[in-house]
Amino acid sequence: MSKIVKAENICFAYEGETPEEKVEALKDVSFEIEEGSFVAILGRNGSGKSTLAKLLCMINAPDSGKLTVDGVEVTSEGASEEDIYRARRNVGMVFQNPDNQIVATIVEEDVAFGPENLGLPSEKIRHRVDEALETVGMTKYARHSAARLSGGQKQRIAIAGVIAMRRKCIIFDESTAMLDPLGRHEVMENIVKLNREEGITVIMITHYMNEASLADRVIVMEDGGIIMDGSPEEVFVRAEELWKAGLDVPQTTELMWRLRAEGLDVPLDAFEPEECAAAVRAALEKRGCL
Amino acid sequence: MNREFVPDSEKYIAQFRNVNFVYNKGVAYETVALENVDLDIERNCITGIIGATGSGKSTLVQMLNGLLKPMTGEVYIDGVNIHGKKVKMRDIRFKVGLVMQYPEYQLFDETVADDIAFGPKNMGITGDELALRVMKAADFSGLDKSLLSKSPFDLSGGQKRRAALAGVMAMDPALLVLDEPAAGLDPAGRRNILGRIREYQREKGTSVVIVSHSMEDMARYCDRLIVMEHGRVAMNDKTENVFANHERLRAAGLDVPEITKVAEELKKLGIDIGDDIYTVKYAAGVIAEKFLGKRF
Amino acid sequence: MNFDIAFGQYCEGASPLHKLDPRAKIIMSLLFIVDIFMAKSVWAFALLAAATAGLVITSRIPLKVILRGLRPVIIIMVFTAVINIFWYAGETLLVSFWVINIYLEGIYNAFLIVLRVILLLMGTCVILTYTTTPLALTDGLEQLLSPLAKLKVPVHEFSLMMTIALRFIPTLIEETNKIMNAQKARGADFSEGSLIKRAKALIPILVPLFASAFRRADELAVAMECRCYRGGEGRTRMNVLKASVSDVLWVLVLVLLGAAVIFINRNATGFAIGW
Repeated sequence: MSKIVKAENICFAYEGETPEEKVEALKDVSFEIEEGSFVAILGRNGSGKSTLAKLLCMINAPDSGKLTVDGVEVTSEGASEEDIYRARRNVGMVFQNPDNQIVATIVEEDVAFGPENLGLPSEKIRHRVDEALETVGMTKYARHSAARLSGGQKQRIAIAGVIAMRRKCIIFDESTAMLDPLGRHEVMENIVKLNREEGITVIMITHYMNEASLADRVIVMEDGGIIMDGSPEEVFVRAEELWKAGLDVPQTTELMWRLRAEGLDVPLDAFEPEECAAAVRAALEKRGCL
Repeated sequence: MNREFVPDSEKYIAQFRNVNFVYNKGVAYETVALENVDLDIERNCITGIIGATGSGKSTLVQMLNGLLKPMTGEVYIDGVNIHGKKVKMRDIRFKVGLVMQYPEYQLFDETVADDIAFGPKNMGITGDELALRVMKAADFSGLDKSLLSKSPFDLSGGQKRRAALAGVMAMDPALLVLDEPAAGLDPAGRRNILGRIREYQREKGTSVVIVSHSMEDMARYCDRLIVMEHGRVAMNDKTENVFANHERLRAAGLDVPEITKVAEELKKLGIDIGDDIYTVKYAAGVIAEKFLGKRF
Repeated sequence: MNFDIAFGQYCEGASPLHKLDPRAKIIMSLLFIVDIFMAKSVWAFALLAAATAGLVITSRIPLKVILRGLRPVIIIMVFTAVINIFWYAGETLLVSFWVINIYLEGIYNAFLIVLRVILLLMGTCVILTYTTTPLALTDGLEQLLSPLAKLKVPVHEFSLMMTIALRFIPTLIEETNKIMNAQKARGADFSEGSLIKRAKALIPILVPLFASAFRRADELAVAMECRCYRGGEGRTRMNVLKASVSDVLWVLVLVLLGAAVIFINRNATGFAIGW
């Protein structure tokens, strides 16, 4: 499989209060992301996750190292405007605050904003907009005013806006953080669908462990670097390290971890409640406690 | 029936009697937010309010400090009918401290200390007393003293949240109301701020109301829970009793914590660890005690 | 929401006026304004009143809504009417006491001026604001002004600015309410004290409001860039405006209305408006 993102030793620092003072946000980060995969990025606030997202969307260029996004290379020199534009055609982003990414008043006009920027003919835009709204289940609201929608619905509109540009890769920067459980569910459902059914590469930054457990791969960041990288099972098993990094594990993992401390031999990678219950039962049975 | 209601301010910090509220009355979008709500909120504990979106939680919260006025019915705070004659709304606002969602967006003053002092200053507090209150509030919210002289706009997200929380704590309210105090924070930040709030409550012995969507957080930090459903109070009980009633919670459109689901699954497999499982620690303890013969 | 922004707001509908091209509607309202200001005689006003009634009926917007839209200008109308009645010096003296002389012509004049304001508002609201979405309106303006772009006038940028402003009005109103409530909860008082004190009380609202508006602007700019926005060049539109026969006909009707007004002005006898 080809790599859609390739980061080689990238560093990035923000300007501090004085020009000499720099705040290092990314320190020598290297990783690759396969096309079509679903990657979750975890980390505390200030661990460098959002900085990474901004680099991937070519809003900032790395201070050193090399970042390749869909064949477009960016180094500390940045890239030409044409290259940036080319990369952005294929890599989109959905942000945290649903209100600050909707440009137009009417839902379908907003979804059309991206394709309009690509200079597509109007019938084609119409077609893509209708299709994108259908995908996120918002066709009914096409002519509605975006201001009246719920947070979850607004995020679905933002997702439709990205889909309508036919991107290969979508980055979600804490896109569920400001939503209620229902809105979060709506958005997560769409994210999973985009990855599994449309084959779009998903890079999802989140604070919710149960959302991360849906991914194929979890990257954990701390203090500007990657501290863990693997399948959700491989990562969540390291509960103590995660707690130390200011993160959490799913409650099921925590239960297993506590039972292990009590001397019960249970696996740590049973995330679903049914799996978890079955594993506990099996362990108790094996020990002859039932 | 028409007996005069006598509030019991010994036991309850807030009481609602027959409260009704409708949004956009008489217009096409008319929605009932609260319907004949009778509600007692106990003193000296942390009460959580949970409910699906649109269940009336936010309306309830805004009524606690008089930002919204019931269309019919009464709200009593500390035994006083807050919409009664001779009651000054500002006095009620000082009694009930409200921390809204994303409170960091209301910071405005030149320094963090000035911003925290805004509320108490409005109450007429000055001089040493004011400085003391600012320091204490910063302490409770976990804000480092070195940050007090900085501009609130230079703080990090989590620090801003604490500064805003301190601004309300400094008013020393009899009832502290918080709407989603941990929204948008990372897991450690959530634990930290909720832990601070609990510490504040335990130390001061005041009454705290928290509104949140996170069942896991509510299970962990609340002594009592009020469950709202379609503008009515569905349950008002101790946390363990509320979480023991899975069916009722689900009927109100709420989810139970993951760990409660595990307990349900275990029960199906013939392992009964009780219905009142809502924290991981407790669940692990029960299993250890019941099946591994350990003291808990 | 505490803010009443019902005045001149878009009303959903499917009337012939709703369906017209926004460019045609902008031209029509300009013509309508010209027509009204040309009218001098009572008969011309009668014709215009009939035309306005026709427009209102065609728009299918309830009269109640339109009249509610007039409410904010009632004071101005009463004021102009009073000035005209008391200070207009005509020939037919009706009442005279102390320094006040009221002439028949004054009353006529006041009546026609108020009528003019009413017709003007009703007509333009029905043609334009009530039947056109803000977005269509800015689109129409952009296209009408597009020849100016050749003269390096930033027509696209201006229209995008309008679109975004309209999009964020409800968001910022909601935000203002939230901040006000938050500061009220901290004991801020906006209704008492001297003017200076009240102005000072606004600081805790304005500072966070501006901070948030700048933050939103920043985030929106990044979001727009991520959606491949790079100015008006090379940009296409989903909804391309196409003028139809009916657009042309409607504009023509208003031109004819103007011609009729001029004709009546020339030939009519009787009282003519003096202002």
